[in-house]
Amino acid sequence: MKDMLSKQAVGLKPSGIRKFFDIVSEMEDAISLGVGEPDFDTPWHIRDEGIYSLEKGRTFYTSNSGLMELRQEICNYIERKQGVTYDPKHEVLITVGGSEAIDIGLRAVVNPGDEVLIPQPSYVSYEPCAIMAGATPVIIELKAENEFRLTAEELEDAITDKTKVLILPFPNNPTGAIMEKKDLEAIAEVIRKHDILVMSDEIYAELTYKEKHVSIVEIEGMRERTILINGFSKAFAMTGWRLGYACGPKEILEQMTKLHQFAIMCAPTTSQYAAIEALRNGDEDVQEMRMAYNQRRRFLLHSFQEMGLECFEPFGAFYVFPCIKEFGMTSEEFAERFLAEEKVAVVPGTAFGECGEGFLRISYAYSLDNLKLAIGKLADFVGRLRQNEKKF
Amino acid sequence: MREELLKIIERNSRIDLKELAVILGVEEIDVVNELQALEEEGIVCGYHTMIDWEKTSVEKVSALIEVRVTPQRGQGFDNIAERIYKYPEVNSVYLISGGYDLLVTLEGKSLKEISGFVSDKLSTLDSVLSTATHFILKKYKDHGTVLTKKYEDTREKVSP
Repeated sequence: MKDMLSKQAVGLKPSGIRKFFDIVSEMEDAISLGVGEPDFDTPWHIRDEGIYSLEKGRTFYTSNSGLMELRQEICNYIERKQGVTYDPKHEVLITVGGSEAIDIGLRAVVNPGDEVLIPQPSYVSYEPCAIMAGATPVIIELKAENEFRLTAEELEDAITDKTKVLILPFPNNPTGAIMEKKDLEAIAEVIRKHDILVMSDEIYAELTYKEKHVSIVEIEGMRERTILINGFSKAFAMTGWRLGYACGPKEILEQMTKLHQFAIMCAPTTSQYAAIEALRNGDEDVQEMRMAYNQRRRFLLHSFQEMGLECFEPFGAFYVFPCIKEFGMTSEEFAERFLAEEKVAVVPGTAFGECGEGFLRISYAYSLDNLKLAIGKLADFVGRLRQNEKKF
Repeated sequence: MREELLKIIERNSRIDLKELAVILGVEEIDVVNELQALEEEGIVCGYHTMIDWEKTSVEKVSALIEVRVTPQRGQGFDNIAERIYKYPEVNSVYLISGGYDLLVTLEGKSLKEISGFVSDKLSTLDSVLSTATHFILKKYKDHGTVLTKKYEDTREKVSP
């Protein structure tokens, strides 16, 4: 058959991670630092609620927006954490992971020709979702010297009269960068001035290691123009449950709910029941996991310092983003050689945007023992590279 | 730092001081001082090793014994508890709310040795009213550590 495929779909670049995944999965004894999900199991009391809901036969669809009880808990949670209130009836939608919320959120707000601002390095979905929504993605290249935060100047420079929405991916995957209150206030001014929307992906909000995470919706005049996205994957180690949510102005959520209804129907019912338990009784689990991540984060930064590898101090998520420019290789070359010679997998920074060139994403969603082993190998590898450089 | 330090060494008392300092984000000397303080205050009471004796050739039997006693005037349960915990074969003694008073855990070489201890020494104490001995058949989890299964990383090796 001729022209069997959508040109738009075919035109999407496959995720840079995929290629690497294929190489790694063929190496049986490879150690991986390439995982983008927690190493912890979902806390047992949360799993138990999921099991209980199955036992009780709660195996039917929920309402399109999700269980009212869960939406109410989400509103309580956001009020507790961020001090911002949402109406569970009209301003919350339970989605299949934060990923779905990104997709339908963009589709709900953009029109052909609209520009979507995407700061990079960042998660791999924003750009393809923007394209499939019919918008034009406009990349803002974040800089290491700003600790990969988005500055007001960078934002101002990227805005045109076609700009519709800014994606705000903090705490950031892959850099671990965060936006503090002062950073958010600075960009909020630009956002208000140009009257654009914000899609704030705060999936790593619970994992910050400085002060408590601040959401853009806390800043004056921002709640009414922001789609706030979060979920259970990272905070409660629930990646496989596929559960996230979006909060925002009623008008936008109404459209998102419609798209969700037609594409998905409703998020998995079992996961929704488990998530209620997570929000009600999961604070302590989150705290314990955060503490463990922070210990590992300190260990990695200390190790980089010892081996003289340049890395800014990231205060969020569970990634560090060291710079490897001194070795005169691309990120991909470095990652491929490191894997071939030491059997350790890291993800090249370029998988998250071209401006990730010269950097690696190293995940610390691994036990300290595992990290120690892998970092020992990184030190050997880096030492060897420097030795060779001297020789020639 | 104190609570975090305690949580770490509760799980791994063999962790070295330098590493402790790194993961806590403090100086090594601070860790040394804090540990010393914790020991002096009797908060850190010892550094033990968890051993699954089942997997060795050494014969060991453990038991939980529920003990009902008559509390003594002015002393409550402390006196009788002390008389019990002084036996070296006694591992732990807890005062318990509910149907009985003291929970005693015990290790011995054989069933006979333990039953001998209960009938000869424990039951014959003046204030002991009754005992009920439960032998442990299998330990699944002890001190927060699962003994029957090893952690296995089943995640995809690379994910975005």
